[in-house]
Amino acid sequence: MDFYTFLWTTFGVFVTLATFSFLYKDNPFYKFAEHLVVGVSAGYFIIILWHNSLVPNLFQKLADGDWYYFWLNSSQLWYLIPAILGVLMWTRFSKDYAWVSRWPMALYIGISTGIAIPLEMANRVNKQLYAMMADIDWSNFFGTNGFDLLDVNSGLSQVIIFIGASAALIYFFFSKEHTGLFGKVATFGLWTLMISFGASFGFTVMARISLFINRIQDVGVWGEAAWDSTNPNYGAGFQIVFWLMIAFVVGYIINELRLFARSKSKAS
Amino acid sequence: MNIFDKLMKLDRRWIFLLLAIVCVWSYLVPFDIPIMTEPESEAIYSFIDSLPPGDIVFIAIDYDPNNLAELHPMTYAIVEHCWRKKLKVIFSALSQNGPGMADQAIRDISDSLLVDKVYNGVEFKGREIVRGVDYCFLGYKPYYALIILGMGQDFRLPFPNDYYGTPLDSLPMMRNVINYDQVSCVIDLSGGNITDAWISYGQGRFNFPLALGLTGVMTSQYYPYLGSGQVFGIMGGLLGAAQYEEMADNPGRAKEGMRIQFFAHLVIIFFIVIGNIGFFMTRRQKKKEVS
Repeated sequence: MDFYTFLWTTFGVFVTLATFSFLYKDNPFYKFAEHLVVGVSAGYFIIILWHNSLVPNLFQKLADGDWYYFWLNSSQLWYLIPAILGVLMWTRFSKDYAWVSRWPMALYIGISTGIAIPLEMANRVNKQLYAMMADIDWSNFFGTNGFDLLDVNSGLSQVIIFIGASAALIYFFFSKEHTGLFGKVATFGLWTLMISFGASFGFTVMARISLFINRIQDVGVWGEAAWDSTNPNYGAGFQIVFWLMIAFVVGYIINELRLFARSKSKAS
Repeated sequence: MNIFDKLMKLDRRWIFLLLAIVCVWSYLVPFDIPIMTEPESEAIYSFIDSLPPGDIVFIAIDYDPNNLAELHPMTYAIVEHCWRKKLKVIFSALSQNGPGMADQAIRDISDSLLVDKVYNGVEFKGREIVRGVDYCFLGYKPYYALIILGMGQDFRLPFPNDYYGTPLDSLPMMRNVINYDQVSCVIDLSGGNITDAWISYGQGRFNFPLALGLTGVMTSQYYPYLGSGQVFGIMGGLLGAAQYEEMADNPGRAKEGMRIQFFAHLVIIFFIVIGNIGFFMTRRQKKKEVS
């Protein structure tokens, strides 16, 4: 790692700590990190869109035409149609001509809907229904190796999926009062849903902790780089930057403790 | 105020502090914890491991840097596995902030392939990974659903050039590659709705084998697609990545992370238990006071 990479890594550590400082309370460093992410994302997206999309998929296609003829002499003239439709979207910024933007929007929504409805219906509704109502596999009723409750392909799993999914659907059927046997099935559906939410919660906890772990790992790499004398680019600058960063963090913590102690003494 | 009232009014920042201390401590103290593999991640590993050299795997790096923590270890483990097996890889990055990050990951993994390594007792000689020969990075295009459909017709329709501006036809590995028919499988590593599009517009329309690497938050929503056979494998969050690293005998950040995860979960379970005890005891006390 060279010194300039280390400087950028140090900046990354600063932004990480600034972001986590929000867990204590809102502060200007957090605000800086937040605005930086939003700004960089927007800027990056525009550049990526230009270089990865507009240049190869539009301008290169019209490259054999001349701009002073508005590319009308290009051999692939039809690429002007989506370009014009795209430009028409910008009319939304005019009060008088905003209605024009409805034309490209209508075309886009029309095409998307036409593509989406049959495919979504076939793949996210029908195939799931077929899977829910699959023939029970009696030869593998209790799962692989005789008994495995976690085997999703076992006959028992198929029965549980069918009963659970049916009961959960009944829970959302509001045209009949949830009383008697119907109410009991709906309650079973509610429990099925709660178990599913529990699984989601467990995975979500793991996901959130994973984000924190990744930041710890990156800060750890930064700390190691500051002391890595085997690095051929290593110099005193690494430690100066490292200790400046540590001094900044410690200074911030001391200042917060001082403010906290002052507010306590005022309150008492 | 008794201890249960105090528990109910515990400042959440103490929980954050304890969690941070435990995580940092378990990061600094090196030791291994066993990783149990599951059939859904084993299916992905076995599929890739069984492919002959020269086959093409399509890896969709459909996540932004905000999901890097969970999905990057999957990318590293799978791509290194593919390249060690001399498979060719087509990459795409259909998430708007992902291409730069994906490009960096591809370069990092290429570098790690330069050295000899032994995985599961088999020695793999180091070799140079060449752009256009071993891999093709298509990059980003907006409107992922239409891009996925377009690639089913011809990769050149949405991507006349690769990410670096080279026409696809001038890349040796892409010469006879038209669409998904020439691809052994698609592995979508995703942190958002793009997975739905791969299922509906990709696998559903073109019927190729699809596997998913998902963030923890998404994982439980996609298990039904495993049961219905629409996807042949799922890796869920950091655990999924750690399982792949374990099977590929290539320990990385995910395996290291699971050690920290283990202790973090213990802390969270501890607070859930004492939070519930506090809640029920306070409620019982209030009932007693009313009666």
